[in-house]
Amino acid sequence: MNRATLKRASLAALGFGVLAALPGAAGATAPAAVNSGDTAWMMTSAVLVLAMILPGLALFYGGLARSKNMLSVMTQVGAVAALAMLVWVGWGYTEAFGEGGNAFFGGFGKAFLRGVTPDSISGTIPEYVFASFQMTFAAITIALVLGAVVERMKFSAVLVFAVVWLTLVYFPLAHMVWAEGGLFYSMDPAALDFAGGTVVHINSGVSALVACLIVGKRIGYPREPMPPHSLTLTGVGTGLLWVGWFGFNAGSALAANGSAGLAMINTFVATAAAGLAWLLVEKLSGRKPSALGFCSGIVAGLVAVTPAAGNSGPIGAIALGAAASFVCFYAVTWLKPKLGYDDALDTFGIHGVGGTVGAIGTGIVYSSALGGPSGEGWSMGTQILVQVEAVVVSYAWAAIGTAIAIIVAKALTGLRVSEEVEREGLDLGEHGERAYNH
Amino acid sequence: MKLIIAIIKPYKLEEVRDALAAIGVAGMTVIEVRGFGRQRGQPEIYRGAEYTTTFVPKIRLDIAVAADLVPRVLETIQETAKTGSIGDGKLFVLDLEQAVRIRTGELNEDAI
Repeated sequence: MNRATLKRASLAALGFGVLAALPGAAGATAPAAVNSGDTAWMMTSAVLVLAMILPGLALFYGGLARSKNMLSVMTQVGAVAALAMLVWVGWGYTEAFGEGGNAFFGGFGKAFLRGVTPDSISGTIPEYVFASFQMTFAAITIALVLGAVVERMKFSAVLVFAVVWLTLVYFPLAHMVWAEGGLFYSMDPAALDFAGGTVVHINSGVSALVACLIVGKRIGYPREPMPPHSLTLTGVGTGLLWVGWFGFNAGSALAANGSAGLAMINTFVATAAAGLAWLLVEKLSGRKPSALGFCSGIVAGLVAVTPAAGNSGPIGAIALGAAASFVCFYAVTWLKPKLGYDDALDTFGIHGVGGTVGAIGTGIVYSSALGGPSGEGWSMGTQILVQVEAVVVSYAWAAIGTAIAIIVAKALTGLRVSEEVEREGLDLGEHGERAYNH
Repeated sequence: MKLIIAIIKPYKLEEVRDALAAIGVAGMTVIEVRGFGRQRGQPEIYRGAEYTTTFVPKIRLDIAVAADLVPRVLETIQETAKTGSIGDGKLFVLDLEQAVRIRTGELNEDAI
């Protein structure tokens, strides 16, 4: 989230409060007002992030799964996103952004959006729009986590896990990164995370890794081949993710301004560089440049540029995207088989690893010397240390919280489907339908 | 009467069909099949995970013809479906006991 904008908004609110106390001056000054341009853009951005989930992520993940689990993947992605929206309104928004609270949690004064009215303003946009925009981030993050555990986790377990995970992991991390008084926000200098590299990508990636380690491998992995059933749909999903990501990144400026413009061009070029870089590294390692490689590179680039979107110049973003592709390529082709965990759709390999490259790399590309917006008197060394600190806290928080959430889901639901259902496919076993009848 | 079963590469289908029509083959049934022979599948790589798919997609043609046409049909299919590389497919010839045209009730060679 754009820190400068938030700080500016809170200063304006403070100024208004002081002026309001002086009746003579109050009449002369316009109150903090909703900017219709900003509002229109933020409403659009929120809907763009929704398109990233449905149908974007649902198709991206669904295509990577086997055809017998297509509907299960799509239903899980959609259902946890929907669940996240309700939980967000219930206690998520206040746990992340409620006034008061401490470095880890917001205050609980806004539970069930108490006190929020059409006249409530956050920065230059209605608070309802701000809450909606942030809601979509919670929804996509929990959906991302599922990529590692699809094809074997019970639908009921997925729903229980989602509620516990959002409450223990996502909302506190969102508070730490974006809320005033949050842990990362109060670091000196503040940790740079424009659009959620830590809270969305490192968080979902690490949570995915821990979840798939506890849930266990799919039957037959890695002995049996489990190739994607439709790279066509994965390609469609990739395109929707890229388009939606403009809402995610440029929307994180919380305004239609120059910072949003910078985030926009970075979301183009970092991603383009990453898509091509993945093809290049495939070629260099003696393989063919593949369609799945291109899609993987695009997502790796989007992930890496997320924390850097408004914190880097376009050239820095290109370098960051390409670097992320190289590192993620080795994470999914070398690290995963080496360690033998069954991260089914490579959520950790792309989001966890790419998010880490992005979060630490942001501390480099932020430099004005590299075209970033740091300005004078900024120390790269100090910034990188803070970035690493934020990354370490995110890893630890996500790992511990996910372990608890999975254990709760296991106690309540049994966690995994029966062997019979897993072999037959979760589409028929859990949902009673088949994706393709022909 | 003979039944010829031809297993060929999918992209050769149109060429084979046209060549057979030209020598007077009046009909055929086309089936999409999977299988393996000496080719033993083909390797595929997804995000670095390498798979050898044991079953390769092929096209199977079922062609019923009068016995005297068999050598020409076999020769034509061999000529058109051959690429010289592994996986070109196989031809099988079976005896065909009876044929009936459903619409008219014609039998055997009149029916094919």
